[in-house]
Amino acid sequence: MNSNKPSTIDLVNRNLQKRYRAEKRFQIFGIASIGFGLLCLLVLFTDIVSKGAGAFTSHYIQLTVNLDPDDLDITDITDESQLALADYQGVVRKALRDKFPDVKKRGDRRKLYGLVSNSAGFRLQEILKNDPEKLGEQLTLWVLADDDIDTYAKSKNDAEPFTGRLNDKQIGWVNTLLDSGEMQSRFNRVLFTSGDSREPEMAGIRGALLGSLYTLLVTLVLSFPIGVAAAVYLEEYAPKNKFTDFIEVNINNLAAVPSIIYGLLGLAIFINFFGMPRSIPLVGGLVLTLMTLPTIIISSRAAIKSVPPSIRQAALGLGASKMQVILHHVLPLAMPGMLTGAIIGMAQALGETAPLLMIGMVAFIVDIPQSIMDPATVLPVQIYLWSDSPERAFTERTSGAIIVLLAFLILMNTIAVLLRRRLERRW
Amino acid sequence: MNMATNTAETIGDNHQTVGTPFVDNAKLSMRNVNVFYGEKQAIFDVGMDIGTNEVMAMIGPSGCGKSTFLRCLNRMNDTIEGCRVEGDLNLEGEDIYGAKLDVVPLRARVGIVFQKPNPFPKSIYDNIAYGPRIHGLVSKRTELDEIVETSLQKAGLWNEVKDRLDAPGTGLSGGQQQRLCIARTIAVSPEVILMDEPCSALDPIATAKIEELIAELSENYTIAIVTHSMQQAARVSNRTAYFHLGKLIEVNETEKVFTNPDHQLTEAYITGRFG
Ligand SMILES: Nc1ncnc2c1ncn2[C@@H]1O[C@H](COP(=O)(O)OP(=O)(O)OP(=O)(O)O)[C@@H](O)[C@H]1O
Ligand SMILES: [Mg+2]
Repeated sequence: MNSNKPSTIDLVNRNLQKRYRAEKRFQIFGIASIGFGLLCLLVLFTDIVSKGAGAFTSHYIQLTVNLDPDDLDITDITDESQLALADYQGVVRKALRDKFPDVKKRGDRRKLYGLVSNSAGFRLQEILKNDPEKLGEQLTLWVLADDDIDTYAKSKNDAEPFTGRLNDKQIGWVNTLLDSGEMQSRFNRVLFTSGDSREPEMAGIRGALLGSLYTLLVTLVLSFPIGVAAAVYLEEYAPKNKFTDFIEVNINNLAAVPSIIYGLLGLAIFINFFGMPRSIPLVGGLVLTLMTLPTIIISSRAAIKSVPPSIRQAALGLGASKMQVILHHVLPLAMPGMLTGAIIGMAQALGETAPLLMIGMVAFIVDIPQSIMDPATVLPVQIYLWSDSPERAFTERTSGAIIVLLAFLILMNTIAVLLRRRLERRW
Repeated sequence: MNMATNTAETIGDNHQTVGTPFVDNAKLSMRNVNVFYGEKQAIFDVGMDIGTNEVMAMIGPSGCGKSTFLRCLNRMNDTIEGCRVEGDLNLEGEDIYGAKLDVVPLRARVGIVFQKPNPFPKSIYDNIAYGPRIHGLVSKRTELDEIVETSLQKAGLWNEVKDRLDAPGTGLSGGQQQRLCIARTIAVSPEVILMDEPCSALDPIATAKIEELIAELSENYTIAIVTHSMQQAARVSNRTAYFHLGKLIEVNETEKVFTNPDHQLTEAYITGRFG
């Protein structure tokens, strides 16, 4: 008709350029978002790792101690009370004096004794308890350095080494020991084998780690079956009426309730009403179950909803009962989605602090919990407690504990992904 | 839309199904069937018989209620929220909607094949074995193997899949999947097979295979098939039922329906005036 009018193909081509540009922009936006996320993660990780890496090593000092019965004040090795009250500290001090015979003044000597951790005495006690034959022998062993000494040794080569309350003499001794190889940095086993302690060099996360494990175990064992059962009932059996709508609204609400409220609820119900003990993983797990249930129910319902209706129809058409349809077809197909929900819930529970504070899992607990009935704390609470401590060594351990928590999380999520992939073989 | 209302008026409220809706050797007999989705009525006072070992084709414009009616025959409508069925439906004299009847054995006796192939996301073997397993038809693995083999053979799929029974059923082609679904249905030895447009997702060759299969199956089974293809209805069925806006207009010998229908609406439909 009109020769000026561009042909359709020209219009399409012109538009095509625009579409390509729009697509490019769209992609760049996505890449930028991911880049930003990765950058934040990188900053977080480098910060924590640079601060926390030191927590995984600590300095040990080599001492030659003489387990002399007279020095120790032990006349009868079979007497437990003698063994408990023996003067191990004195033996350690003697060993230190032997190492630095020139130190004579009382004040200096006290500073000298401060080089090693109090744990050295406990070490000796343990050795004698396990092997009474050692009494009277001379032992060469590596004992933990005091936390300030350790911190100084670690920062020695920094631009501004940490000196804290150390005086020049102490620094001199440490340098001598380091040069002669009698003081060495080793893997910090204590971090993984001990519970909390007031002394940073003796403080470990084993108690918190086990506390977290027990708490999560209780949470998982309770919340997954209950959540799935609730979701199956609501999706498959519940009549659609005002009452179920009401339940649905409430479940969605509960998912958004601040977690501290669950802590208050747990305190009121489990501790005050049922009289359960404070600070135990069982109560912690119950509280976290209340908290994670909505998440699990909501994601399980979504997973059940996404099972294709044609599969149900096929099974029903063959004469399967409702329960058979659910057990044979719906649940296996929904399982990956349900597991994802459960893992998200567990990850939330692992990082949760506030509700556990309310039920007393914030107490200072040295003993390592042996069961879900022993008082315990959990990793995030331990992190919170340590971050509040003034000692420089605790700052380091705080970051160390965060690294362990992150590793725990990564492990959990990896297992989840692997499990999912196995179950998700959708053919 | 306009025409639809016009024709509705031409049927009238108390119309009579023309032709021969009733037979002597009825396997399924339906009388005064009304089906409602909530307030909306989808099937109006339908009555007909399906004879033993007969292939009954059901045709009619989209939305006229063919699937709805078919689903009544093994109570698949129970699974649809708000669906209500009234009337007398009998399977060999047994009331399908009776209080005493259990749907589980009913559906074992009246199997259904759907429009879209819907194999389970399991192996070919497990797809076939599922029905016999849940109904406890077999006690030994060898018996189950036999059922799987004969079902696949009857469905004309055995030669194509015998070497990969452990392969996923969903990995087959569309036509193979549909034959797998038919094999799955006949594995529980039903007496009646309902088919809702079983070939609508298939190419002509796969369709021809299924039609052949239907012809073979009709020796031992009673079959009700919904189809949009009049050629298909003409090829496979003994009698044909024509539905229109939820009403059963005409039931007659297939040949008669396609050459010399009794009702003007049937004629209008088969000559392509609407549908
Ligand atoms: N689940 C449902 N809920 C409400 N109404 C429905 C439902 N299924 C079908 N209907 C209605 O019932 C009527 C009959 O539907 P039906 O599916 O039986 O038609 P059909 O003849 O099978 O059509 P088609 O040939 O397109 O498959 C239609 O008006 C439809 O809208
Ligand atoms: Mg239909």
